[in-house]
Amino acid sequence: MIKQPWPWYVAGPLIGLTVPALLILGNKHFGISANLRHVCASCFPANVPFFQYDYKKEIWNLFFAAGIVLGGALAAYFLANPAAIRIDPKLANELAIYGINDFSGMVPVQLYSWDSLLTVRGLTMMVGGGFLVGFGSRYAGGCTSGHSIMGLSALQWPSLVATICFMAGGFLMANFILPIILNS
Amino acid sequence: MQSSNDNTAELEARSLDTICINESHLQHKWYYNFKYLIVGVLFGIGLVKAEVISWFRIQEMFRLQSFHMYGIIGSAVVTGIISVWLIRRFGIKTIYGEPITFTPKKFNKGQVYGGLLFGLGWALTGACPGPLFAQVGTGVTVVAVVLASAVAGTWMYGRFRDSLPH
Repeated sequence: MIKQPWPWYVAGPLIGLTVPALLILGNKHFGISANLRHVCASCFPANVPFFQYDYKKEIWNLFFAAGIVLGGALAAYFLANPAAIRIDPKLANELAIYGINDFSGMVPVQLYSWDSLLTVRGLTMMVGGGFLVGFGSRYAGGCTSGHSIMGLSALQWPSLVATICFMAGGFLMANFILPIILNS
Repeated sequence: MQSSNDNTAELEARSLDTICINESHLQHKWYYNFKYLIVGVLFGIGLVKAEVISWFRIQEMFRLQSFHMYGIIGSAVVTGIISVWLIRRFGIKTIYGEPITFTPKKFNKGQVYGGLLFGLGWALTGACPGPLFAQVGTGVTVVAVVLASAVAGTWMYGRFRDSLPH
C-alpha cells in the first residue's frame, strides 16, 4: 500500500504541513530555491552585492535540502513502486513521436542520462532548463515552494502573481516550445 | 557590526527573497539544524511517492491531461493557509517560545518576468528546485548537472541584477 504512488489528497496535505513544521520549529519560511543563492554566497560570491550576506544564518535551509536528497534516496530504496509509471495515453502517444517510449523511471531515461548530455535536446533540457530554473526563481524572488506554497499560504498577493506566471511559462514551454526541442 | 543602513538594505534584499528575515536571538549549536533535515526527509519522501518528481506528471499538468498535480498543489496550499491562519489566530510560538512572524512580500516586475522564465524552465526540466534535490536522491545522478546549471543561473541573476527591470 505504502509502496503504491500516493494519491494527491495524501501527499498534498503532507507537503503543505511543511509550512507550519518549519515555522514552529524555528520561525523558518519554506523556500527551496534560496539554497541556490546560499551556494553562490558561500562558494562563488565574487564581490557581487547580491551574494554579500551572512549565509551562515541560512544553514538550516541547506540541512533541509540535504534532507530532501536523503528522503528521495529512502523513498527510492525502501518504498519504490515496482510497476512502471502510469502516464496519460495522449501524452504517451505524443512522446512516442519523439522516440520516448521508456516509462520505467520517474524521469524519461531516454532524455535524462549522462549520454544524452551530448545531444542537442538533452543539453537544452538539462543545462538550459536548469539555468532558467535558477535564474527565473531568483528573479521572481522564489520558486514553487517559496511563492506557490509558502507565499500563498500567507495570502501574499505578489506570490499569486508569481504563481500565475510560473503556470503561464510552463504552458508555453510544454505545449509550444518543448515539441520543437524534442524534435531536434 | 553593521551600520543600520547596511542592515536596512540587507533586510530589504532578504524580504524580497525567501530568506528568513526573522532572526532568532538564540544561539544554537549547529546540530540543532538536524530537525530541519528530518522535515526535509519527510518532504522528500512525499515528493517521490506522489510522483511530483516525475517529468511525466509535470508534462501532464501543463497539458491539462491530469488532475493529480493540481490536487497536490491545491491541497498543499489549503493546508498551508489553514496552518498559517491558526498560527496567527492563536499566536502560536516556536518550540523555543519565540514569536512566529510574517513579512509582507513587495510586488515588483521580477515576479512577472522571473516567474515566466522559471515556468519555462519548470516545464523543460520537469522539476522545480525541491524535486531536483529529490531526483538526485533517487539516483538520477545526471540531475546534479541540472542543479549546477541552476546555481549558475542564480549567479548570473545576482551578477546582472542591477541591469534587469524590477
